[in-house]
Amino acid sequence: MSEKPKLHYFNGRGRMESIRWLLAPAGVEFEEEFLESREWYEMLLQDGALLFQQVPMVEIDGMKMVQTRAILSYIAGKYNLYGKDLKERAWIDMYVEGVRDLMDLIRVHHKLSPQEQQKNLALIGEKAATRYFPVYEKILKDHKDDFLVGNQLTWADVQLIEAILTVEEKVPTILSEFLLLQAFKARVSSIATIKKFLQPGSQRKPPTDEKAVAFTNRIFNRR
Amino acid sequence: MAGKPKLYYFDGRGKMESVRWLLTAAGVEFEEEFLKTREQYEKLLQDGALLFQQVPMVEIDGMKMVQTRAILSYIAGKHNLYGKDLKERALIDMYVGGTDDLMGFIMRFPFLSAEDKEKECAHIIQKATSRYFPAYEKVLKDRGQAFLVGNRLSWADVHLLEAILMVEEKSSDVLSEFPRLQAFKANISSIPAIKKFLEPGSQRKPVPDDKYVETVRKVLWMY
Repeated sequence: MSEKPKLHYFNGRGRMESIRWLLAPAGVEFEEEFLESREWYEMLLQDGALLFQQVPMVEIDGMKMVQTRAILSYIAGKYNLYGKDLKERAWIDMYVEGVRDLMDLIRVHHKLSPQEQQKNLALIGEKAATRYFPVYEKILKDHKDDFLVGNQLTWADVQLIEAILTVEEKVPTILSEFLLLQAFKARVSSIATIKKFLQPGSQRKPPTDEKAVAFTNRIFNRR
Repeated sequence: MAGKPKLYYFDGRGKMESVRWLLTAAGVEFEEEFLKTREQYEKLLQDGALLFQQVPMVEIDGMKMVQTRAILSYIAGKHNLYGKDLKERALIDMYVGGTDDLMGFIMRFPFLSAEDKEKECAHIIQKATSRYFPAYEKVLKDRGQAFLVGNRLSWADVHLLEAILMVEEKSSDVLSEFPRLQAFKANISSIPAIKKFLEPGSQRKPVPDDKYVETVRKVLWMY
């Protein structure tokens, strides 16, 4: 008789988006409570709801979970997206962490000045094309499987497709040299639950803009 | 018939130190290959040994593992330091996430300018005493146990001890308001394998100095 997970975050992507992405293919319905003001954030703090005074926070299975990676690992483990044994989990962890490094470059993008954004865009394109995507292209080539690990959908595949789509928003031609990743993208996008998540009206959030950054700065009293 | 794990990194703490701590707590002997020159690093790259062109890298159980978090999760899972079920694992992941964030500040510290170092030192101590240590003090208080999770040693305890000692190197009285953390520190430090690790002659690395910073910059072309 467990209730739906409840996500506490801003009405935007940030660090919570990967969690929305992982719950979606697992077919898990979730609720969201959006932080709309500084007072709301302070209320969460006073209630002791945020272990390290930070969001994301997800209420799930009687826990108030914080730390994005911890939340994602728990969801992956619970919904069979974490491989069948310790070694498969190790590969999933490695692939997920690699993608995460790339996503971090994008996540901070709108906090930068316009000048820095130009440099960052070039960096994102370069790192995606020379450090990260070649790795996943090679894995797909060597394994000849539809998925990255163990021939079934795992957290690694979900994290990768989120990254591909997010990078493409900034660098539309990024997959031009990566034929297997193109096929991967088409294939994973057509999985029913993911297809639904990609359609308008889902809980997926639009790209972050300057307005969103100003809003979060206000909530956290940042200059 | 597995050989000892082999760690590839600089001769210093950095991101590899947590791996040394965890292997030690697990009672696992390990070897180390220290990166001292650019040529060594380029050879590893050419051999395809570094999945994302980065260290840490650990050869373990036939894998060349990269991504610190993935490596630590694998060791914890393999050596019964990851709790008994999914929920205990979730708690451990949350706690490790916090100490990881805290130690992240300290890891960047040696690379700062002298001016920035002063500001950052105060920032580290402030974060430790107002955000992180209170959270762990409360966990120990609420559980009333010697360990953070499940009433036995886990990765979370080892990671927390490592973080405490690192912050104390910046400010020796930083635990003065946290009696339970003081008891925790004494308790975990007295575990035989950890006690030995804390003595001179172990594979524990000293506080990073300018020579360490210079080596990292030289090898990674990070100027």
